[in-house]
Amino acid sequence: MSIKKVIERLGFLVLVIWAASTITFFIPRLSPKNPIRERFNQLAMSGGFNPADLEVIIASYNAKFGLDKPLLQQYWDYVSGVARFDLGVSFNKYPRTVMQLIMDALPWSIVLLFVCTILSFILGNLMGAVAAWPRSPSWLRMLATPFVLLMGVPPVIMAVLLLFFVAFRLKFLPLGSAFSTGVIPDFTNPAFVWDVIKHQILPALALILGTMGGWVLSMRGMGITIQGEDYVLFAEHKGLGGYAIFKDYYMRNALLPQVTGLALALGTMVTSAIVIESMFGLPGLGTVLNQAIRSNDFTVIYGVVLFVTIAVASLMVLVELFYPLLDPRIRQE
Amino acid sequence: MSTLAISQPEVIQPGRLTLLFRYLRRNKSLSIGLLILLMLVAFTVYGMLTIDVRHAYPLSVPPRQPPSAKYPLGTDFFGRDLYPAMVVGLWQTALIGVLAGGIATLIGVILGFTSAYFGGAIDSGIKGVCQILVPIPAFLIQVIIAGSLNKRDVTIYTMAFIVVLLSWMGTTLVIRSQVLSMKERQFVSVSKLSGMGDLGIIFQEIMPNLLPFIAASFVGAVFGAVFASFYLAVLGLGPLREPLLGNTIWAAQSQGAFFNGWWWWPIAPAVAMVLILGSLALINMGLDELANPRIRRTE
Repeated sequence: MSIKKVIERLGFLVLVIWAASTITFFIPRLSPKNPIRERFNQLAMSGGFNPADLEVIIASYNAKFGLDKPLLQQYWDYVSGVARFDLGVSFNKYPRTVMQLIMDALPWSIVLLFVCTILSFILGNLMGAVAAWPRSPSWLRMLATPFVLLMGVPPVIMAVLLLFFVAFRLKFLPLGSAFSTGVIPDFTNPAFVWDVIKHQILPALALILGTMGGWVLSMRGMGITIQGEDYVLFAEHKGLGGYAIFKDYYMRNALLPQVTGLALALGTMVTSAIVIESMFGLPGLGTVLNQAIRSNDFTVIYGVVLFVTIAVASLMVLVELFYPLLDPRIRQE
Repeated sequence: MSTLAISQPEVIQPGRLTLLFRYLRRNKSLSIGLLILLMLVAFTVYGMLTIDVRHAYPLSVPPRQPPSAKYPLGTDFFGRDLYPAMVVGLWQTALIGVLAGGIATLIGVILGFTSAYFGGAIDSGIKGVCQILVPIPAFLIQVIIAGSLNKRDVTIYTMAFIVVLLSWMGTTLVIRSQVLSMKERQFVSVSKLSGMGDLGIIFQEIMPNLLPFIAASFVGAVFGAVFASFYLAVLGLGPLREPLLGNTIWAAQSQGAFFNGWWWWPIAPAVAMVLILGSLALINMGLDELANPRIRRTE
């Protein structure tokens, strides 16, 4: 891997971020909907507004958020703001900035996503490998193969089904929210931590089971291709044991393309996590986005979307950059 | 010199239908997927012919009734009968899926062919745009587009349009790489040497060989479109009046259906969605097997 390649990929990343921020800037401005007017009309419906005053308020808000400047000026302010990690101020929770809202929610989302992505990747790939490996015990194969069917059950639906069976029928786990009502948030208190974990189990399970099917399926296909390769045959003829072949010759080679798949799956993973969080009312980015959608808080909607987009794109490029460390065949080119 | 008449053993060539059935028996995932899909179509068609469509909309029946003989799937908080709501919801989901999936595949095929067949600046342009757009999570951009529309403007058709906007890149890249490898085959060179035009080669030589791939990416695109529109609706960005499956789950979740014990409300759309996505995934797997003989042989 040469320096030139690294610079090329980083340049590509900048291009992706620029494209994403341009799209998030222009799409809302192409639409006939005026976010500020929309919000104040919502307020005005609850009464107590003089229409003339409303115009003054809207004009002053437009000035405050720089919406009265020429479009190109606004575009420049926006893009340079993005470069400084400044995503603007929330309409609804003024004067909190979008970045502050995101930072408050981010730890929750990162923990959930990290745990779920890793578990779903490991479990899914193991299941897929076992399902394709001709020498694995037949009961194990019988057990692993149906996991392919999880393909048809995306995380959100998995969440509804789990809520119904585990939380509603069996009453094992809570139905939603981050912790029980009336509990004082205090992460030094083990009882509180256990309460939080109990509330995270169902969303995490929904996310893991809902995304596992894809891994099982692709690993199964990969495994079928690899067991026909000459080096597996050679290892067998050398007299290596079944487990050694499985671990060092079969898994190791089959996993490589899956890592690239992991980079591609990040987008779907994040998307699902956002919808799951908003369904369960967990205090992550999903809930921030959901509340912003409900209350027409447009700077927050655009900010969260742009932030997540940049994070996903950066992670994808990073995985691509580190991939040669895993695969010596690419390193040598 | 006498000619020896060798009696040929009689070969009975089975009819096309028998062959099709034999193939379906071998390709289990394709046949199970098609079977579930047929059942869903039958349910929807039968439902559309027998129900009163007005009952799928609010304030038409007594609210919050559990499933019973009169309301087989129960009724929701707003006074919709969930059975007609499911029928209409399935119909609308299918409409979005086929419309968006079809258009996205069409765009992907056209761009993929243009890019691979003509090469040069066109190719690097199309490929570049695809590569820049692929790392951007399409769903989030769709959230922005849907959020920028006035609530009243969001219909089934705008949903399909929103989904199409960012779902053609995958097909483009797949078709492009397939055409690139197909272009170098000898039968293409032969037809080129024998004076066939570009369009003739594309439609008569390359296209027929790619049909299984195109079919597989169409099913994949329908799956993606159903999925994306479902997620948008679950976030409350769908056409709120329509009984779209995602909308029903959104409404149930925001009214706290499980907290209040109205379990039947979110379960019906969830099961319907599992059947739709499951059948599409199975069909897609089956078509992959058809398109990729290497997988076909090993199983």
